[in-house]
Amino acid sequence: MTPVIELEGLGVRFGKREILKGLTCSLSGRTIGLLGPNGAGKSTLINTLLGFYPPSSGTARIFGHDIRTELKQIRGKVGYMPENDAFIANMTGVGFVRLMGELSGLPSEAALERAHEAMFYVGLGESRYRKVGTYSLGMKQLAKLAQAIVHGPRLIILDEPTNGLDPPARQRMVRMIQEMRDTHNLHIVLCSHLLRDVEECCEEVLILKDGRIVHYSNLEEERRANKRFVEMEPVGDGAALAAALESMGCECAFSGQQRLKAVLTEGMEIRDIYRLAAEREIQLRRLNYRRDTLEDIFLKAMETKTNGGI
Amino acid sequence: MAVYKRSYRAYSGRMTPAWSRFLVLTRYVLRSLFRSRWLIAAFVGCLFPPLIYAIVMYLSHSSAVLSLLHVRPGQIMTVNATFFLAYLGTQSGFAFFLTAFIGPNTIAPDLANGALPLYFCRPFSRLEYVGGKLCALIYLLSLITWVPGLILFGIEANLSGAEWMWNNLWLAGATFLGSCIWILVISLIAMALSAWVKWRIAAGALVLGVMFFMSGFGAAVNAVLRSKIGFYISPGALMTRVCAQLFGLESPIEISALSAWVGLLVMCGVCVLLLNKKVRAYEVIR
Repeated sequence: MTPVIELEGLGVRFGKREILKGLTCSLSGRTIGLLGPNGAGKSTLINTLLGFYPPSSGTARIFGHDIRTELKQIRGKVGYMPENDAFIANMTGVGFVRLMGELSGLPSEAALERAHEAMFYVGLGESRYRKVGTYSLGMKQLAKLAQAIVHGPRLIILDEPTNGLDPPARQRMVRMIQEMRDTHNLHIVLCSHLLRDVEECCEEVLILKDGRIVHYSNLEEERRANKRFVEMEPVGDGAALAAALESMGCECAFSGQQRLKAVLTEGMEIRDIYRLAAEREIQLRRLNYRRDTLEDIFLKAMETKTNGGI
Repeated sequence: MAVYKRSYRAYSGRMTPAWSRFLVLTRYVLRSLFRSRWLIAAFVGCLFPPLIYAIVMYLSHSSAVLSLLHVRPGQIMTVNATFFLAYLGTQSGFAFFLTAFIGPNTIAPDLANGALPLYFCRPFSRLEYVGGKLCALIYLLSLITWVPGLILFGIEANLSGAEWMWNNLWLAGATFLGSCIWILVISLIAMALSAWVKWRIAAGALVLGVMFFMSGFGAAVNAVLRSKIGFYISPGALMTRVCAQLFGLESPIEISALSAWVGLLVMCGVCVLLLNKKVRAYEVIR
């Protein structure tokens, strides 16, 4: 399977400032989250992938197309929702989306039909004949999403899609991204400061810091691994429970006086722990999975020393 | 299925040829321009002089009118190089004011609303963007310059006969070429200024200001330095010199035709550089 995005020592320099420093990685998930503090180079990476900035070293490929030589092919397959305000004020919503469809190569009639579809899909059906300049901030975000999907791209790049949205609108945007991810054959790159948005929508996360990749995480695998790591507080003979767990192949360790940590073996379920405890008449006051949230991953990554690739 | 019930789906239909996509932008620009009643009024106003020229042409060939006025044929007006140069001068002025009116609408709103990344994230280049906008101006200005000019030529050829037409065919070429050069120069100036000034009204004022200021400043430089270098910064003066050469007439602008051509080329080059600097998805701050 061709990776969605491949970075090969990608570097970007503006004058003397080096913004991206030899990024190397290969991403093939359906939804890829791009995280990092302000100035980490997330937007620069997106803009470089779209050919807005020329790479100073290395290269990148999207669906196997090189950004140095095959920009037109890349842009034909990509839909982009920019972070900042981007619209044509004196056009109606549907006219604006139709123009963008036509510029992507759709014939006029098809572009009009798909513009109507896209406007309904993002929830602007009732407002599609209003001028885009009169839209609220949330509506403008949705109009930007509509223009990004009107030509049916294979990859959608969303730069801060929930910026400026109120909580219900944010929920709606997240649900829409999840729906596109789950039911359609397309890939999404989501660049956001909001860890919760990324956590809810993404399978893979790339964390940037100072223009370098500091962490790559497959959230699905991470979630599966977390389920194997449990922490419990037995009341009674905790050592007997630990011994029973170890006899089943689990690794156990006590932390503090009564806190028992265990890494479960493949195929072992939580109910097995309860069964072992019940057999030994041990009460379990508390039992938690380890929950390494994206915030934990992000904070850990921020402490990591930077390196070029993953 | 009704449009509002449809979900997201990929597009697998026919695509338009890549070379023709800049014309999509031209179509949208023209549609947006003609929504303005003021523009329609100004555009129709620009067509009055050619109409008057055509009427006078007809009357100067009408034996009934000539006998009524007791004048001989050719006494009212002679259609020659001077006539077409005067026609071009009139229409160039109108074209300039129309450009000052519509030129700032081309790029400034896109820059102000941050729309450029939306254009350039598609298979649509900066050259196609500028080409699409330029074509809209060229189309509109052609309709008030060389198109009526060639119609006038056709009317005169019809009234004076084939011999006149063959003897003066070069006048049609000069009218066409002179109009094209002027259209290109003023369109590029208007677009370059539109790209640098995001506020549309200010950009319009600047187009007028630049043309008048440069002419005035050029004249002042000539007067103070007692030289001719001031002509080189005045697009109007350079154009007058080039057109005089095209129509084979004397010019009040005392510089060589070649240097006037070079001056206009340099002006166009500067405008292209200004556009190249500003028409980008995102500006890079080094």
